[in-house]
Amino acid sequence: MLRIRSLESGYGNLRVLRSVSLHVRPGEIVGIIGANGAGKTTLLKTIAGVLSSWSGDIDFKGEPICGMAAHRVVSRGCVLVPEGRHLFSAMTVLENLTLGAYTRFRKRQGAAVSADLDRVLHLFPVLKQRGSQLAGTLSGGEQQMLAIGRALMAAPSFIMLDEPSMGLAPIVVKGIFSAVGSLRDAGCTVLVVEQNSRAVLAVADRGYVMETGSIVLEGTSKELLDNTEVQRAYLGKDYRRINE
Amino acid sequence: MSIDNRTSETMPRDELAQLQIEKLQTTLNRVYRNVAFYKHALDASKIVIENIRSLRDMQRLPFTTREDLRTSYPYDMFALPLRDIVRIHASSGSTGRPIVVGYSRNDVAHWSSLVARQLAWAGITEHDVVQIGFSYSLFTGGLGFHFGAEHLGASVIPASTHGNLRDQVTIMKDFKTSALICAPSTALALARTMTSMGTRPGELHLKRGVFGSEPWSESVRAELESTFGITAYDSYGMSEVMGPGVSGECEKRNGLHVSEDHFIVEVINPTTLEPLPAGEEGELVFTTITKEAFPLIRYRTGDRARLIPGDCGCGRTFVRMSRVGGRTDDMISLQGEKFFPGQVFETVLSVAGLAPLCRITLDKRDDVDVMEVGVAISSDSDYIDEMKALQKLRSTIRERIENVLGVDATVTFVEEARLQNEARGRKQPVVVDKRKT
Repeated sequence: MLRIRSLESGYGNLRVLRSVSLHVRPGEIVGIIGANGAGKTTLLKTIAGVLSSWSGDIDFKGEPICGMAAHRVVSRGCVLVPEGRHLFSAMTVLENLTLGAYTRFRKRQGAAVSADLDRVLHLFPVLKQRGSQLAGTLSGGEQQMLAIGRALMAAPSFIMLDEPSMGLAPIVVKGIFSAVGSLRDAGCTVLVVEQNSRAVLAVADRGYVMETGSIVLEGTSKELLDNTEVQRAYLGKDYRRINE
Repeated sequence: MSIDNRTSETMPRDELAQLQIEKLQTTLNRVYRNVAFYKHALDASKIVIENIRSLRDMQRLPFTTREDLRTSYPYDMFALPLRDIVRIHASSGSTGRPIVVGYSRNDVAHWSSLVARQLAWAGITEHDVVQIGFSYSLFTGGLGFHFGAEHLGASVIPASTHGNLRDQVTIMKDFKTSALICAPSTALALARTMTSMGTRPGELHLKRGVFGSEPWSESVRAELESTFGITAYDSYGMSEVMGPGVSGECEKRNGLHVSEDHFIVEVINPTTLEPLPAGEEGELVFTTITKEAFPLIRYRTGDRARLIPGDCGCGRTFVRMSRVGGRTDDMISLQGEKFFPGQVFETVLSVAGLAPLCRITLDKRDDVDVMEVGVAISSDSDYIDEMKALQKLRSTIRERIENVLGVDATVTFVEEARLQNEARGRKQPVVVDKRKT
């Protein structure tokens, strides 16, 4: 689905990503964990085409998307749910959702779009209840669901989530991650960036650990959970599991 | 959809290349941060690890040698603190300076699954009774195969190398062993013991054998297969790289598949150090790409082999290597132990009263490898005329060799002048290997 080789990018003169390589296979949920400033968001923005890459390759469904404009990347089925949601808070929930299908409007996909709207409202029933409410008046968890729902309106096959649990209560985080699991059931491949390592490794098949712009570890979620460095650095020092 | 070994073994080459470059880059990032040796080596050769962007770029990386590993004794090459290490092995001997290797929990899990994978290639399943005839010790052979066979679900008999060969044959017969895993020389000895005991192959339940840890030939394979009535498979590995499970034969038995999702293999010209194309024989070089505790970058094994070009009929995409056909250095493989002539010399020199001369003769006696060490008494020594003292000296040398190298040697006293004569123009110690003729 996605294959990245030796990607470098950054802001102005500041290089953030240092030779990052990773891949996501169709149907997988892959997590990227790492501390603040490790370059996780930069990576997603570069894939989405919001930031341009300095060097390296990004192949999506076997074709290069490096240097492609962000809206074209979306048209190919690769969408980003940005960190901090970035909703249009003065617009209603339904209006926000409809805007998610922006790239599809001129393509006479009206019927498909409204079918997708039904699907999203079915996936997140709370959005249906709040349909005419202004997005800014939703709770944090509801806003996150709206952001994911809006991304789904672009009918993606690949969805990238940037810190979906940020600023949410633990109980709400649980709901968000079960939603991440249901994205796969809905036919999406998922790449999720998280600081809440435990939550993401519980739902992901594989994971990558980023530190200062490079990937220092990768493996299945179980392997990462079993790695003592990951345990100490990202799961809390009291985290200790003894096989019984 | 999660990743499992079935998909790994038949992965298209371009997917495998992606996996390898990802894992190589993460390994480089970790060794650069965690292992002083690699930080210095990479800095000294002015390599910025971020510039290793493709598998081709790795040809610029410096090599790691056996000597580097010896100098790092015991723990300097570990990429993890000891609290994260769950197992420690060593390459040979309990004294002197062996190479010490460590494993994290994930390393041990990978190791087991790689050995299990290879045993499965040889047709071993959970229905097999597997007898392991490697020593369970610092040496990786015993425990490595043990946990792999257990991981596969087979019934494992840790027969090890204890007791005499007759006991081992009895176990094989009575416990209904269906797969034997040991060194080919051990298997030969067992086969001959069995014949001398009057046991016929039909009385055994043996179907397969997986043999490794020392070079062996097709004629040995033929002898083992006919004596035991089995199919014999070759297996390759070494403690430094991981232990058994690095590569092994599939059902086609036409070369050993390297588990390339965990190791990158190269063959180089041992003199120019240039990489050689597939098909040409040279020195095997391995880079580990999943090991956490003891990662190795371009480790020169000293083993001679070639990579076999073309696809294998079994459908696995992992590259195949030929049988190891010998060494690029003077390492001696004897009685299941591996050591260098220099180690014998060092041991001899550590005994007082001997001249700095030594001759090593390797030979076969009743199909068993033997070593004779010829030494000379220094002319200024007090021993020279005392029979009793000489005998004591002889047993001291023998014990030291056994302690350091783990092999039984015969010690003979030779006139100093004669050894000097033989040594003229040759590197000390002089090695005479009569086994090959």
